[in-house]
Amino acid sequence: MENLIWLIPALPLFGATLLILFGLKMPRLLVPVIGAGSVGISALLTIRLGIQFLSDGAAMYEQQVWQWFSVAGLNPGVSFHVDALTMVFIFVITFVGFLIHLYAAEFMHEDEDYSRFFASMNLFVCAMLVLVMADNLVLLYLGWEGVGLCSFLLIGFWYREPANGYAARKAFIITRVGDTAMAFALFLLFQHFGTLNIQEILTQAPQTWSVGSQTAVLVALLLVGGAVGKSAQLPLQTWLPDAMAGPSPVSALIHAATMVTAGVYLISRMYVLFELAPTAQMVVAFIGAATLLIAGFTALTQNDLKRVLAYSTISQIGYMFLALGVGAWSAAVFHFMIHAFFKALLFLGAGAVIMALHHEHDMFKMGGLRHKMPVVFWTFLIGSASLAAVPLISAGFYSKDQILWLGLAGERGSVILYIAALLGAFVTSIYTFRMVFITFYGEEKTHSSHMPGFWMKLPLVVLAILSLIGGFIELPHNFAHFTLFTNYLEPVLPVIVIDEGLSTIEWIFQIVAALVALAGIYIAYLFYLKKPELVQNIERSSFAMALHRFWYSGWGFDALYNTLFVKPYVYLSKLNKHDSIDLVYTGFANVTQWLNSLFTRTQTGMLRTYMLGVLVGAILVVTISLLL
Amino acid sequence: MNGVSMEAGLLLAAILFVLGLISVLIRRNVIFMLISVEIMLNAAGLAFIVAGMRWAQPDGQIMFIFILTMAAAEVSVGLALILQLYHQLKTLDSDAASRMKG
Amino acid sequence: MILLWIIVLLMAGGILAWIAGRVNDMLPRWISLLVILAALAISVWLWMADPVTALTPKGPWIVHLRIPWIPQWGVGFDLALDGLSLLMLLLTFLLGALAVLVSWNEIYTKVGFFHFNLLWVLAGITGVFLTMDLFLFYFFWEVMLIPMYFLIGIWGHENRIYAAYKFFIFTQASGLLMLLSILSLYFIHGSQTGVYTFNYFELLGTSFSPAVGMWLMFGFLAAFLVKLPVVPFHSWLPDAHSQAPTAGSVILAGLLLKTGAYGLLRFVLPFFPDAAQEFAPWAMLLGVIGILYGAVLAYSQTDLKRLVAYTSVSHMGFVILGVFAFNELALQGVVMQMITHGLSTGALFILAGFLYDRIHTRNIEKMGGFWATAPKMGVIALVFVMASLGLPGLGNFIAEFLTLIGSWQANNWLTVFATIGIVLATAYSLRILKKVYYGRNLTDHLIHDLSAREMLIMVPMVVLLLWLGLFPQTVIETVAPSINEQLQAYRNVPEKRTLSLEQPKSITQPLDSLSQPKPEGGAYGLK
Repeated sequence: MENLIWLIPALPLFGATLLILFGLKMPRLLVPVIGAGSVGISALLTIRLGIQFLSDGAAMYEQQVWQWFSVAGLNPGVSFHVDALTMVFIFVITFVGFLIHLYAAEFMHEDEDYSRFFASMNLFVCAMLVLVMADNLVLLYLGWEGVGLCSFLLIGFWYREPANGYAARKAFIITRVGDTAMAFALFLLFQHFGTLNIQEILTQAPQTWSVGSQTAVLVALLLVGGAVGKSAQLPLQTWLPDAMAGPSPVSALIHAATMVTAGVYLISRMYVLFELAPTAQMVVAFIGAATLLIAGFTALTQNDLKRVLAYSTISQIGYMFLALGVGAWSAAVFHFMIHAFFKALLFLGAGAVIMALHHEHDMFKMGGLRHKMPVVFWTFLIGSASLAAVPLISAGFYSKDQILWLGLAGERGSVILYIAALLGAFVTSIYTFRMVFITFYGEEKTHSSHMPGFWMKLPLVVLAILSLIGGFIELPHNFAHFTLFTNYLEPVLPVIVIDEGLSTIEWIFQIVAALVALAGIYIAYLFYLKKPELVQNIERSSFAMALHRFWYSGWGFDALYNTLFVKPYVYLSKLNKHDSIDLVYTGFANVTQWLNSLFTRTQTGMLRTYMLGVLVGAILVVTISLLL
Repeated sequence: MNGVSMEAGLLLAAILFVLGLISVLIRRNVIFMLISVEIMLNAAGLAFIVAGMRWAQPDGQIMFIFILTMAAAEVSVGLALILQLYHQLKTLDSDAASRMKG
Repeated sequence: MILLWIIVLLMAGGILAWIAGRVNDMLPRWISLLVILAALAISVWLWMADPVTALTPKGPWIVHLRIPWIPQWGVGFDLALDGLSLLMLLLTFLLGALAVLVSWNEIYTKVGFFHFNLLWVLAGITGVFLTMDLFLFYFFWEVMLIPMYFLIGIWGHENRIYAAYKFFIFTQASGLLMLLSILSLYFIHGSQTGVYTFNYFELLGTSFSPAVGMWLMFGFLAAFLVKLPVVPFHSWLPDAHSQAPTAGSVILAGLLLKTGAYGLLRFVLPFFPDAAQEFAPWAMLLGVIGILYGAVLAYSQTDLKRLVAYTSVSHMGFVILGVFAFNELALQGVVMQMITHGLSTGALFILAGFLYDRIHTRNIEKMGGFWATAPKMGVIALVFVMASLGLPGLGNFIAEFLTLIGSWQANNWLTVFATIGIVLATAYSLRILKKVYYGRNLTDHLIHDLSAREMLIMVPMVVLLLWLGLFPQTVIETVAPSINEQLQAYRNVPEKRTLSLEQPKSITQPLDSLSQPKPEGGAYGLK
């Protein structure tokens, strides 16, 4: 089985190739069969590999497919490295990816570019798998850019709308900024270790660098640069909300479950470097905390259903970054997995709602869908419960509570981080249930038709089940000694050291977290269901209006970047459109031409002036020769 | 021949040359210009002969014969050009033939 | 002898095509296609028949031909082929064949003379890549100039005469400076050794005072930097590219620019190691300026061909950046860049030509939404746009990555700015895609998808670019011996190098004093 690892990314690639080459000619039915089928087989292979991985107790599987290139000591291969961390990611990518493909088979069925959609999706799955399975940073970079390309293609999938093309371009360019930082990290690593093989770097780094060494900090910060770009964290978060221009399955797969968590993968994969660079790790934690708050408050004010989810994704990844920053590696990866389940579910549910309402994105034009679409409602509710971390029953509670707790009690935790995370949790549950109440309760505002069929409901149900029970594999210490996930990741990622003094009173913090989540739901209930006039009262004050505008615009980051970078660049570029350096050369040509016109004046055509010229010249020559 | 000094001969040649030059500059009739050029050529020839006599060498006279030949050739070409010019422009005014300006 | 035959074949084919053009229009097209394909077949055969890796012991040269030509002056008809020139020849004939195919439905006036010029340009380029005699090199350098002048001036677009003159004056003036340097080199070598010769190998060891070396190098650089082009000398290129017919643009961008890069590698590096090292930071700075300047200008262009032309300026900045980093990584990157840029930019010009065929404008403001009716063209354009922004998996990534990782060893800060150029590349590349293929179709033309002939042109380029991106090792190995040869002079002067390939740790200071250099050797070449 371990010789077949290469098949896991190769199958979606094969599917994509088939669809690109023959997609326009093949029967419509075959398109989703190839598209979803290839990912499905990959998922089966992954599960089979996972079973073997767990049963034979191997630390990792490695496979080199071919030597990519080899120059002066730089010899990355197209080689895969599968260990416990990778397994989690592969599982989420293929399994959740497969469910989303199934959903898309129905969701996109009416679209004229059916095959282009599945080709891009398959290509994405392949690139994402390469990203997480790569055994060297160059191949990882290939996957990293590959997912960026597919994200670009899928955001701009409905290319006729100029706004979509703009959003796609924005996403690609902003993530490219982060990628550039990551490229510097690669250069530095190669300079110091002479290799870009991840495992070799991880073993050599502690021998070469001491803890806190400046180079290590620099490298780690540069890697964070790449991670914040891809994972839409501060300060490169502005592309993700616009990325919602893509079809909903795309948002579910790329902008919720997998690609945006690539930054989390990168940091946890290179955790050794971060342990050598405490400063950089602290930066990660604070980026996470700041992002989760900013995005949370922004989500509170959005009207577009998918934008709420987008900001909530940014916010939840902020939690993962916070966890990585305090060294709670497995908690971050755990939250990644649970988040992938419930956020994919929410996006798919939102997609079903939007389809039923004929591409209506505005929540305030929805409402009363509770009875019309019961399956969507209940699954969406489960997903929301998980996002809001409703205590005990939802998976999100277990994963988020762990981050809250470790943010305080972990070795590198602090009160500030804890308070930020707690405040974030409160806001999360408010905006989550604001969304639920506005969308599904109240009276119907837009006529709905085009109800989801079997292939759309099935993924919703499966993901809903996972969002409920997924959390039980990792329970808090004081509930039971049941930490399957952490144990499973232990060979790859170290277990966090906990402040013993606090662990006796862990239950207090759990109750606080639970209460905060419930309080948020109650507030949402109060404001958006019970007494909507309260909201209107608040909105009347000018301060609240200004704050609302500020939050609504995503804290003004777009405007800031526009004035700071985009406009000056475009202005400069337009200013110099005709290439001012060319003026030097055209100027030279013009001077020559002017001199020429000057001298042609002497050419009068009169014989006598020429004679005079000869005479004067002769006299001059004679005089000069006499004088000298 | 001893009565004439070299200085006088050269002076005559110079006067002839300057006369020719001035009339080339002020005349507008092409034929007159041609005649003036002939005068200048002869002035040069005279200077050669005077010089040849002074050094008692035949070279001066040889050069004069050269100049004579050249002048003949020049006159024939020049007259042919003048004929063409007259055919084209119906005038012998050299200022009218200024089509090659600028 | 086979090398001579390639050149003779092209030249004779050109004359034949010219004559055949009097009979009918199809004949010259077929003649030139067959001639170029024959040349391509010969070079492929050379590549296959003699694996370069096997002949490393006897030096990097695969074939060598020496015929005395003007022995009194020491001028010989010397042709030689190594991995570098072999790859350049393959590129030349491939793009040459595509240029003929592209012109199939584009050129209808003076077809015979057009193909004559096309074949003679190719002959000149082939000569430049092969010759090992500086006199002959200058000769071929001029041979490629004049037919190109005609190609632009006769079959170009509306402003062709201006563009043709500009191209000619820039290249001719800079070429004359190179001639001065060649002659000085000839006389200096002659006065030192008593042997007056233009032979490359004999001139290699010439030594001169630093100042003289610097001036001689500037003479060569003038020609190569203008041809490449490097930023203050680039302004002929946008005009020439945008005005030339499609085939002309392909050859200009794909091949003529590469002769500049080739000259840097073949002549400047080995002839003037000391001067080159002294000048290196400035040259790399020029490269970085070129990368950024070209990228900024490309962003605001509205003429599609002009836009692509400025992307060339930007991409060629990587070449000079890499050449003056003096290490194997960077040079491999440079060679890869020469090949992949030839393919990707050539393809973008061809696509611009296809669009011009359909809507008779190059203005991208008037385009939009072509994906709807031309999905195949869209996919293919996507591939080349991605190549131009350096997406991994395509050859351009290998080129840029190797160049940058190599130049990082030589100069950190300049590499930082060069890498920022990649972000700008993303901006202008995606702009092409957005303006042309996304959005709605604003013209009243219905855009047809690619025809079979057009697919025949594009598909091989896509396949090649993917092959270069995923399996670049063949190319890397082919060119490795000659790169080592060019770098020979740099390995013996380690005290001046910023990085020595034999030594494990780079001299570039680690950022902190705490980090210990690794005790055991082998940072490079480890594993």
